[in-house]
Amino acid sequence: MTTAIRTLTADTDRPLLQVQGLSKYYGNRIGCADVSFDLFPGEVMGIVGESGSGKSTLLSCLAGHMPPDKGRVIFDTAAGPRDTVTMAEAERRRMARTDWAFVHQNPRDGLRMGVSAGGNVGERLMAIGARHYGDIRATATDWLGRVEIAADRIDDRPRAFSGGMQQRLQIARNLVTGPRLVFMDEPTGGLDVSVQARLLDLLRGLVREMGLSVIIVTHDLAVVRLLADRLMVMKGGHVVEQGLTDQVLDDPQHAYTQLLVSSVLQV
Amino acid sequence: MIEIRNLAKSFTLHNQGSAVIPVMAGAALTVAPGECVGLIGASGAGKSTLMRMVWGNYLAASGSIRVGPLDVATAAPRQIIRLRRETLGYVSQFLRVVPRVPTIDVVAEPLLNLGIPADEARARAASLLARLNIPERLWPLSPTTFSGGEQQRVNIARGFAHGYPALLLDEPTASLDAVNREVVLTLIEEAKARGAAILGIFHDEAARDRVCDRVVDVRAFTPKAA
Repeated sequence: MTTAIRTLTADTDRPLLQVQGLSKYYGNRIGCADVSFDLFPGEVMGIVGESGSGKSTLLSCLAGHMPPDKGRVIFDTAAGPRDTVTMAEAERRRMARTDWAFVHQNPRDGLRMGVSAGGNVGERLMAIGARHYGDIRATATDWLGRVEIAADRIDDRPRAFSGGMQQRLQIARNLVTGPRLVFMDEPTGGLDVSVQARLLDLLRGLVREMGLSVIIVTHDLAVVRLLADRLMVMKGGHVVEQGLTDQVLDDPQHAYTQLLVSSVLQV
Repeated sequence: MIEIRNLAKSFTLHNQGSAVIPVMAGAALTVAPGECVGLIGASGAGKSTLMRMVWGNYLAASGSIRVGPLDVATAAPRQIIRLRRETLGYVSQFLRVVPRVPTIDVVAEPLLNLGIPADEARARAASLLARLNIPERLWPLSPTTFSGGEQQRVNIARGFAHGYPALLLDEPTASLDAVNREVVLTLIEEAKARGAAILGIFHDEAARDRVCDRVVDVRAFTPKAA
């Protein structure tokens, strides 16, 4: 094959993230139990399940928003694999600003609503040490363009944006620092279907161009089919099935997955 | 290039009394580079099931499916993703795309996934769409609103954009007029000439006779009644 292909597939034998026996309890109730998987560079993994299945709990534990009760989340940092669960808080925060990104379902949770669009993007750059105003503004303008927000909106506050634009701005704010791993919680959740489609196309392009690894939580099977390489199905806090996305959807093995797939309304 | 050995498949319907339905046993075939093998057998005999197991979206119960050096039956998802990106192409009967993405980009996407520059990928996509008689005014539009025949030609263009060493074709000439059918058959002949191993389902007998070097009757793989 050509050299272009070789560079793309090189180095994929070392996982970017290794999750081992991750569990979280709320008193006696199970949040998520004994979750293990490896995520490789450039992989997009979907996590699906109904409300209360533990998918959001799992995402929070993975992203360090909530301490798990058991288990390890080992990230391949620049200094080698490190367990982010036992890492010092300051170090984990720094990683959350650089190597990691988190896209919330509600853009209000991921944006600063009182700060301009350009400020929202620039702020994350400043958090990792950027100081030159002209550079920051130029990078912010470039990123607004990449998520299809017109340059003349750079000084507007997100409040003045539509829901779809706010979500694209949140993505720009998250990706501007060139993270390697992006967590997404229902990123297309509150959007019209036409806006969803545009966002999906945008995300696919960014994943391809930046070689991002993504863990995306959603209840929308159509979204994971178009976005995720792999799929994990959760029920009652447990992973009941995982595999290649179209294999899990087209030939589900577990009773719950069969029910889930057969419950989708055809349009 | 494609080598299937002792392949078996059953479906377990958990929500219908856990019925286990064996659908295939002892399936075996090989496809050499430059060869086209046609699957035959009545509707429901398992042609598409076998094809999907090679593609990897149906799980094999036992046996092996080698595509190049990789055994799809036991491979990890990321290995199958890589196989599909570089080695194995699939023209299914249905076009599944992100809505609102222009046709030209739908066809160019497999090339972009290989890291080929966008202008080069689009040029290749444009030449295939032109060959398949998709009018240029439709290229900037999403194919989701196209007619069945047009969608199928977009799907074929996408499947032939990259020169995959192995190709799966599910009824590539169904619902095509004579002119476009001829274009598709020529594309298949060209793929064979460059050394692609092709496994196909063709209900169009004349097309099958023209491009297939051999046929395999999947009824031979039907499990014996217990």
